[in-house]
Amino acid sequence: MSILVYIEHSEGKVKKTSLEAVAFAKALSQQTGEGDVVAVALGTVSNDELAAVGGAGATKVLHAEDSRLDAGVIQAHASAVAQAFQKEQSKTLVLAKSSLGDAVAARLAIKLEAGLVSNVVELPKTNGEYLVKRSIYTGKAFAETNVTTDHKILAIKKNAIDLKLDDSKATVESFAVNLSDSDFASKITSTERATGEVLLPEADIVVSGGRGLKGPENWGMIEDMAKILGAATGCSKPVSDIGWRPHHEHVGQTGVKVAPSLYIAIGISGAIQHLAGVNSSKCIVVINKDPEAPFFKAADYGIVGDAFEVVPKLNEALKAEL
Amino acid sequence: MKILVCITHVPDTTSKIQFTADNTKFDNTGVQFIIGPYDDYALARAVELRDQTGGKLTVLNVGEAETEPTLRKALAIGADEAIRVNSNPKDSFFVAKQIAHYAKEGGYDLILMGRESIDFNGGMVHGMVGELLNMPSFSPVMKLEVEGNMVKMAREIEGGKELLEASLPLIAGCQEPIAEWKIPNMRGIMSARTKPLNVVDVVSDETQAEATSYQLPPAKGSVKLVDKDNVEELVRLLKNEAKVL
Repeated sequence: MSILVYIEHSEGKVKKTSLEAVAFAKALSQQTGEGDVVAVALGTVSNDELAAVGGAGATKVLHAEDSRLDAGVIQAHASAVAQAFQKEQSKTLVLAKSSLGDAVAARLAIKLEAGLVSNVVELPKTNGEYLVKRSIYTGKAFAETNVTTDHKILAIKKNAIDLKLDDSKATVESFAVNLSDSDFASKITSTERATGEVLLPEADIVVSGGRGLKGPENWGMIEDMAKILGAATGCSKPVSDIGWRPHHEHVGQTGVKVAPSLYIAIGISGAIQHLAGVNSSKCIVVINKDPEAPFFKAADYGIVGDAFEVVPKLNEALKAEL
Repeated sequence: MKILVCITHVPDTTSKIQFTADNTKFDNTGVQFIIGPYDDYALARAVELRDQTGGKLTVLNVGEAETEPTLRKALAIGADEAIRVNSNPKDSFFVAKQIAHYAKEGGYDLILMGRESIDFNGGMVHGMVGELLNMPSFSPVMKLEVEGNMVKMAREIEGGKELLEASLPLIAGCQEPIAEWKIPNMRGIMSARTKPLNVVDVVSDETQAEATSYQLPPAKGSVKLVDKDNVEELVRLLKNEAKVL
């Protein structure tokens, strides 16, 4: 028996959120005595990269090195993970919430007859019952969920556990999956992805701009700050609606929900729908010239001032310090 | 083309979230309920597709009688008929089982819903229905075009999107900018009153992961303001006090 973790990789690297899922599974197995943590990786990625998953707590990585799985075909990934789950005779599957992970987990819930809990924020209580705390109402509340099935799937939210990596190596074992044509009933014709940048949903620091920046031509200073901090850039809904920034940067109720350590909002008033996307951030800094901007009520630190004056100075100060 | 759109009945996005009865129930005092914003995008796109290709558009909600105004609103926006599965939606699995049953019975070509509900944010029902019906499922879908039997979609991924092709029937969990929200006009509101709204029974009572109690996050302390001419102080606080740099 073991806890299985579905890990994702991008540009040859295992995602940090997937490593968090491995660390979460490790802590869970220590609590429930479910044995080792085994990760399953699909598609082309190096053995060295997979062995390093041992640093987060996995003893073994099953690697289905089938290039048809390089693309995130939802049904095919679900079939492959289900086969790994059966092979390992697991009872619990852990994964990080993501665009692909969510879609795959939902299908797996039916395939594996497993109760699925998403947005998990901490280790479950497993004394007799199986109670899982998850974030609901877009971060505005939590629910305790009673999972009554023998098999369980936990899709964890970013920062559900502190990730500490060591130098341990996992054994990488090749894993043959049986995939049928129906698993590939859909075809991914192309993928457009911002490369070499820090991806917003996974970023540890996010710098966001709003309508207060007056136009897309003024995003240079936001990008400068992001570069200095190693941060991802985000924006408010009006900014993506009018096309100043791409939709995948929209942070909020109907956009990306972020959970960074530090969220810096520049020229964003802080409508309740925007706050819903950032309320899981550990620390929020607001820069706005309007002292009455509602965002200040949700912030840890604030500067009342014109972004065009404050941000360049702040960038200099950050550069000097870091 | 026969289209099914599954909608949720959820508190308005500006609602104050509170609980009653020892934190076991949502407090709906003074709360206005709406069609889930993501479901509203799915519905808007479905209305466009129905107008473009002809056929019939059905909306479905799993909920008790109190959700009927929300279904009527969907009819006013442009759906042709509504189904209400008469039960409190207990968990995602429970809801998926009801939808799968009635979707199969109706023989729909396209099943759309929001990427997630804005109350429980599970984002699982479309995938579960897909697996139950052995149909491909996609989410979050931000563009969807139908050409004959072929569907071209864009699905949002971290930092970008992927373009996909699949054939009908299929299921999609939708999000913006798949279509613009539609506001019902007077003619729509009038005609919604006489469009069929069928109440049907649950087909399975099985649940897997029900919420048993709720909790609010701890209250936020007040903001610490830093003078705009002293940005170095902010850097120092972030580094030494918040320890986030």
